[in-house]
Amino acid sequence: MTAAPTATEVASAVRSGTVRAATVLEGHLAAIDAAEAGIHAFNLVTREQARSDAAAVDAAVDAGHDPGLLAGVPVALKDNLCTRGVPTTCSSAILAGWRPPYDATVVTRLRRAGAVVVGKTNMDEFAMGSSTETSATGPTRNPHDLDRVPGGSSGGSAAAVAAGFAPIALGSDTGGSIRQPAALCGVVGMKPTYGTVSRYGLVAFASSLDQVGPFARSVADAALCFDVIGGHDEADSTSLNRPTPRVLSVLDDGVEGMTVGVLAEFLDGADPVVVARARAAAEALAAAGARVEEVSVPEVALALSAYYLIAPAEASSNLARYDGVRFGLRVDADDTVAMNTATRSAGFGAEVKRRVMLGTYALSAGYMDAYYGKALRVRTLIIEGFARAYQRCDVLLGPTTPTTAFPLGAKVGDPLSMYLSDVCTIPTNLAGHPAISVPFGTDDAGLPVGVQLLAPALAESTLFRAAAVVEAAAPDGSGRGGGTT
Amino acid sequence: MTDGPARITRDEVAHVARLARLHLTDAELELFTGQLAVILDHAADVATLDLEGVAPTAHAMAVTNVLRSDTPRPGLDRDEVLAAAPDVEDHRFRVPKLLGEAP
Repeated sequence: MTAAPTATEVASAVRSGTVRAATVLEGHLAAIDAAEAGIHAFNLVTREQARSDAAAVDAAVDAGHDPGLLAGVPVALKDNLCTRGVPTTCSSAILAGWRPPYDATVVTRLRRAGAVVVGKTNMDEFAMGSSTETSATGPTRNPHDLDRVPGGSSGGSAAAVAAGFAPIALGSDTGGSIRQPAALCGVVGMKPTYGTVSRYGLVAFASSLDQVGPFARSVADAALCFDVIGGHDEADSTSLNRPTPRVLSVLDDGVEGMTVGVLAEFLDGADPVVVARARAAAEALAAAGARVEEVSVPEVALALSAYYLIAPAEASSNLARYDGVRFGLRVDADDTVAMNTATRSAGFGAEVKRRVMLGTYALSAGYMDAYYGKALRVRTLIIEGFARAYQRCDVLLGPTTPTTAFPLGAKVGDPLSMYLSDVCTIPTNLAGHPAISVPFGTDDAGLPVGVQLLAPALAESTLFRAAAVVEAAAPDGSGRGGGTT
Repeated sequence: MTDGPARITRDEVAHVARLARLHLTDAELELFTGQLAVILDHAADVATLDLEGVAPTAHAMAVTNVLRSDTPRPGLDRDEVLAAAPDVEDHRFRVPKLLGEAP
């Protein structure tokens, strides 16, 4: 058994004609066949379409054309990214069987770069959850321990990459939904600066927070994917119309002269093994020439509460579109309001109902100022707190999650304890900043630990430089290179 | 610090569910009332802050006056869109009667 190839290796071999895209694909389909039944990373494996796409890549190479930066690279897509004619469910009964009439911009960009889509991955319903257990299609299991969660909400994408089903997957990160599962599954997961990656065709959860980003088994693969999917898109009115940082070309630039702030608030309350791994990563950066200091951003202690008012408020508005009229499930009733109610009551799971009600309450007459209004002001305080830290520091460092992967079922009955597993990732989303989780060793049980790096808006180059140094210092068995083909 | 809002009641949860077009069973109403109260209690750290003079941020990377180029292009295919609808009549989305309408 050999370690599954990285996207960089696959693309290079396919572009040079030494390996066929079809061969690469069959290797990954075989890995899926061997282990998917126990993991449930996918809602759908698009086997035949993938074969036809891989054949097209090979034909391009044969004709002397360059298929692109991701030539022949199998990619898995979170099932909230629209794929034309291919079911896109958000792991919700209310969208079961829905076939979008268009592709998300990120899907178009991946395909144009020669990537081969192998399937749609499982997720918490409408990305609301931290364990993939709110999925209407059943939970995904962590490839490192099938009795534990992969994290969420992009748990299927994280598990697919960790299991060797695809070198690259896309997820969406609203409060940590890429970084948290990446940490728990031992892979790299990156949330870009808000507005650098198009949200067109990403099914909306909380529009001011949602951002699409890559999972990969190496920092270089994540960088390659970010360079492909990033950049302005006029189909997304929140897309930033300015140059997106290119990161692949700066990966080897090192951290000499950089100042790294170890974020005290992220260490508070985290498991000792997770804290120890974060401190070891900081030491690795120091050994590579960075200046490391402790910093405090006290405002981030308010982030969880602010997030669980803002995100549900936006969700309650976004999810109003599921009314049984234009797409998805309809449960018939005598009049339209009764039909809307019957459809939503049958089609949404408990966590989605909870958040829609929480958001409706936070926006309702008499409570809007106390809850939603206050939360937006706290968001300002968090941005100011980070700005203070970034006057001294180039990047911040801390754990991605307070614990390693927890057992299936451990938190499903206690929503607040589930929400707390995102306490280290949420502040970044509120600030709109980029962040990345890099595998950095394991706990005593061999479960992966992720270290998180944070940077100011549009400082992806700095972020990836530091991530490459952390990755190079990671102990063997950190989870990278997991999976076999 | 200011006083936070009073604890959410079962009646308020029922009201919010109606606003959100959700029907809850008695058991769900009981469960959600308790869970939402715990979540909102946690949010008291925000709700009780005195934030006079702090401006709200709705969008961390706000952009304004976004206009795309005025170039004609095809829209979504009508038949493809309507094919996803639960009920269609005469190229339109069909719904049951609206409240107050004559049958």
